[in-house]
Amino acid sequence: MSMTENSMSAEYKEAITSLLFQLADDDFLYAFRGSEWLGLAPHIEEDVASSSISQDSMGHAAMFYQLLEDLGAGKADDLAHLRSAQDRSNSILIERVNGEGYYMETPNYDWAYQVVRSYFYTQAKRVKMDSLCESSYRPIAEVAIKVKMELYYHKLHWETWFKQLMSSTDVAKKKMNDAITLVMNDFGDVFSFGNLKQKIESNNLLDSEEEMKKRWLASIGPVFDALQMEVPAIPNHPVMNGRNGEHTKDLDEALLTLSEVYKLDPVAVW
Amino acid sequence: MTSLCNSEEEKLAHFMHRIETGDKIEADDWMPEEYRLTLIKLISMHGISEIMGALPEKEWVPKAPSLSRKLGIMAKVQDEMGHGQLLLRVTEDLLKPYGKNRGDLMQDLFNGDLKFHNVFHMKTTTWADAGIIGWLVDGAAIITQTNMLGASYGPYGRALQRICAEEVFHAQHGESIIMALAEGTNNQKAMIQESINYWWESLLMFFGPASKETTGSSKQDLTIKYKIRTKTNEEFRQIFFDKYIPRILSLGLTIPDSTIKFDADSKIWTYKQPDWNEFKKIIKNEGPRSQERLNLRRTSYENNAWVRDALSAVVN
Repeated sequence: MSMTENSMSAEYKEAITSLLFQLADDDFLYAFRGSEWLGLAPHIEEDVASSSISQDSMGHAAMFYQLLEDLGAGKADDLAHLRSAQDRSNSILIERVNGEGYYMETPNYDWAYQVVRSYFYTQAKRVKMDSLCESSYRPIAEVAIKVKMELYYHKLHWETWFKQLMSSTDVAKKKMNDAITLVMNDFGDVFSFGNLKQKIESNNLLDSEEEMKKRWLASIGPVFDALQMEVPAIPNHPVMNGRNGEHTKDLDEALLTLSEVYKLDPVAVW
Repeated sequence: MTSLCNSEEEKLAHFMHRIETGDKIEADDWMPEEYRLTLIKLISMHGISEIMGALPEKEWVPKAPSLSRKLGIMAKVQDEMGHGQLLLRVTEDLLKPYGKNRGDLMQDLFNGDLKFHNVFHMKTTTWADAGIIGWLVDGAAIITQTNMLGASYGPYGRALQRICAEEVFHAQHGESIIMALAEGTNNQKAMIQESINYWWESLLMFFGPASKETTGSSKQDLTIKYKIRTKTNEEFRQIFFDKYIPRILSLGLTIPDSTIKFDADSKIWTYKQPDWNEFKKIIKNEGPRSQERLNLRRTSYENNAWVRDALSAVVN
């Protein structure tokens, strides 16, 4: 089944809009958290590599916001910068701070958390993009094909870090295991579609939540087996569900920074 | 001993002949220590400035006022880190005979022995500062760096080929930000004027003092002697005025120096000297944001020590 905007039912449009907000808001915040690391990565080569990943991810967010603009949801820049936290659909996992402190001062960020969150998120995003390539909504399938090409490298990058730090010093293993616990506590809404689950799934926009969770577990399985570790379980019920606009204060603070200049004058040309 | 001495003299004569005839010196070639030390000082400072320069711009990466501006400034700052990486690699090869490596360069930065460019000690206040850094700071850097594209030291010249190509994009990125503000609201226009007023002295200082008498030291004579560059600090500053003063004025902005004027006969700009005592303080890490930026770099370096240990353990 393929849909164009003209033949779209109200329900279909509601479902695709909701899904696009989830994808756009995830990448917008993920790129932001990555860019807070800029200049602070463990070595200069990593700064170059991970800032490239953040840049790609902001590009993905921009493409998803553009699809929303095309659907009449509003101007892409307004959607990215002006919506309040309760209107956002990103996962809780992605809004969490990198560690203590504000990026403009002297923050204490945790590289283990950055590696684990990025690796698990990237794998989840791959599962979604693979599925979206077959979406009934052609514009999103076309974007997913482009995103997948870059995700290949993101996955390679974070998987390398994950394996290296997990097979290194005791300190590194301890920090990585602590990070896995933190990340998995927040993993409950990553594959959630929120309140529109039924509409998103029934309209063949992408595979079901349950199917994608299985694929995610299968995708990281071999890495965990090789490290002789147990694959972590995805929580059945998220503590908070970002897909339904439930968020932490971390998101409010992130949005203040992200929109600080834009909000000075949203109608001006910047 | 005499024969060894002769041999050193011969080596030096041969070396000078090579650079006089435009030959390029490579990392493993014999070079006089003065040349090596001059290169180390120049390139390590250039490299670490790229890295420290990412910090003031990074402040504006998340705040950039649209998706496309966010993408633009992310790409730009990433390039700068890449330049830092390229230049530190060039420096590391030069440091080999002294048994020093990148970790030592970081320690030199933290203890104040390795300086970074005066402009990156300054604070940023508005989005216009991100534009001015791209347009005029990178514009100034293009002037000095393109002059060294033909540097006698081959690895530096080759690194600069790539760096200068990217810097041209950065200057365009900065110019595009400034043009949007200049064509915008009164508040946006005021933002650029305030930014130019703040950065003007720093931009003049960027090229260094006209002579070593001003601040007590300058490497410009040595870099010219060894054909690393061809022009003096003052010549660079004059080129900057020629290029940018008309552009600044054409945007309806003013230069924060009422005395500045161009002499048509000598083709020289006369201008109010920046406060060179302030410059001396800045390069001693006593500038407006010197300690904060160093502290940020130092803290992140210490916080990530476990990662470097872990990676060494994987390699070993």
